[in-house]
Amino acid sequence: MRIKEHPIIDFKRGKPVNFTFNDREISAFEGETIAAALHAAGVRVLSHSHNLKRPRGFFCAIGNCSSCLMKVNGAYNVRICVTPVREGDQVEMQEGRGDIIAKA
Amino acid sequence: MTSLQKPEIAIVGGGPAGLSAALSAVRQGAEVMLIDRDPALGGQLVKQTHMFFGSRKEYAAIRGIDIPGKLVAALEEEGAEKFKPLLDTAVLGYYDDGVILAYKEEEQAMLIKPQKTIIATGAAEKMLPFPGNDLPGVYGAGAVQTLMNVYGIKPGTRVLMVGAGNIGLIVSYQLLQAGVEVAAIIEGAPKIGGYLVHATKVRRAGIPIKTSHTIKEAYGKDSVEGALICSLDENWCAIPGSDLDMKVDVICLAVGLTPQTELLWQAGCEQKYIPELGGYVPLRNEKMQTSLPDLYIAGDMACIEEAGSAMVEGKIAGLYAAADLGYDEKVEEHCHSYCRELEELRAGPTGAKIRQGLSRLNGGV
Repeated sequence: MRIKEHPIIDFKRGKPVNFTFNDREISAFEGETIAAALHAAGVRVLSHSHNLKRPRGFFCAIGNCSSCLMKVNGAYNVRICVTPVREGDQVEMQEGRGDIIAKA
Repeated sequence: MTSLQKPEIAIVGGGPAGLSAALSAVRQGAEVMLIDRDPALGGQLVKQTHMFFGSRKEYAAIRGIDIPGKLVAALEEEGAEKFKPLLDTAVLGYYDDGVILAYKEEEQAMLIKPQKTIIATGAAEKMLPFPGNDLPGVYGAGAVQTLMNVYGIKPGTRVLMVGAGNIGLIVSYQLLQAGVEVAAIIEGAPKIGGYLVHATKVRRAGIPIKTSHTIKEAYGKDSVEGALICSLDENWCAIPGSDLDMKVDVICLAVGLTPQTELLWQAGCEQKYIPELGGYVPLRNEKMQTSLPDLYIAGDMACIEEAGSAMVEGKIAGLYAAADLGYDEKVEEHCHSYCRELEELRAGPTGAKIRQGLSRLNGGV
């Protein structure tokens, strides 16, 4: 789902990086956010509502809506739409509100 | 907690309004700290690939994405030692003693007590209530622009655009440029809200614009598989039997913006609900000064408009924040030219709504 040709924009993609989402290996480009990379890989469900467990997806893309909070490298409630992807990131779907006290 | 920082002027928000305010204040000789939560300056301009209209002074005929670079270059050239950008930093609170609480990613909280503060926090997208509006695949128009124009990723294969204002029209065209099909643009009002030139462009490209139409429901199991739309009568009521099932995997909402005024509420500024300006907006005088004399505003946070007028408002706010600190060289002259520019941008039929809103804000009806 990455755009190959565009009449105006020349997308200068960074060097390839790999990360995991749950147990799945996903390749991305440096400079992308985790949410953008997941979207490009076809992942549309990013979380679930707390009470009714309805699926939640990408929505605002600028860190406002909290629809994309995930567990990244052990830290909960990471806004993946504004977090750049890094080589070796371990990204996991977060169920519930997560533990907000950082583990030492 | 680090020690209290005391810049002469702090600006919250590094979009078109904040950047222009910074440049204007630095040119007067004031020292400016520009705080933005993003890693780069420019705000939402980073995804505006279309050319701007309006005033040539405000970069008409230049693509939005190219504007921040020009403003930042000017700031660095004209006031490097006076200009301090503070990026990756979210402003979390404004206290009644004029202290700003900010947090820099992966660092610690900091306290800033500027002499003057300009709030240019922009706007948030409005949401539309309908069953299924929480399904993955229902995106704000800004998110679609971010995906396509910043990251080069298609939001999906077939899009229903909700809203025929300028954003709905422009983003539809940008979807076509990205190679994504736009099934239709629907608009609840009986007429297109955006500029005719944008509407003509998307129509010429074969996208139908259905006015007096709304979305009844989005459906799909784990993400959007389609939408039910229907026609509206003159009272905005659904016409029975007019349902149309559209197979789309993306529903893009372009149903307006509302000013992000949270910091102003915290500060205790007087605000008024003016629908023409996008919702609650702070009262302000011609200097873009709020009911609190040390607080100024500019841009979409002050009233939902275009980037061109946001930049002029920024120049006015920056000019007066600096002038009130004593950097008042040629204030009258600058103000005269900025105010005229703003008047020109708001002239004519497209500015009628803004003019009416501003007049209501100032006590008219």
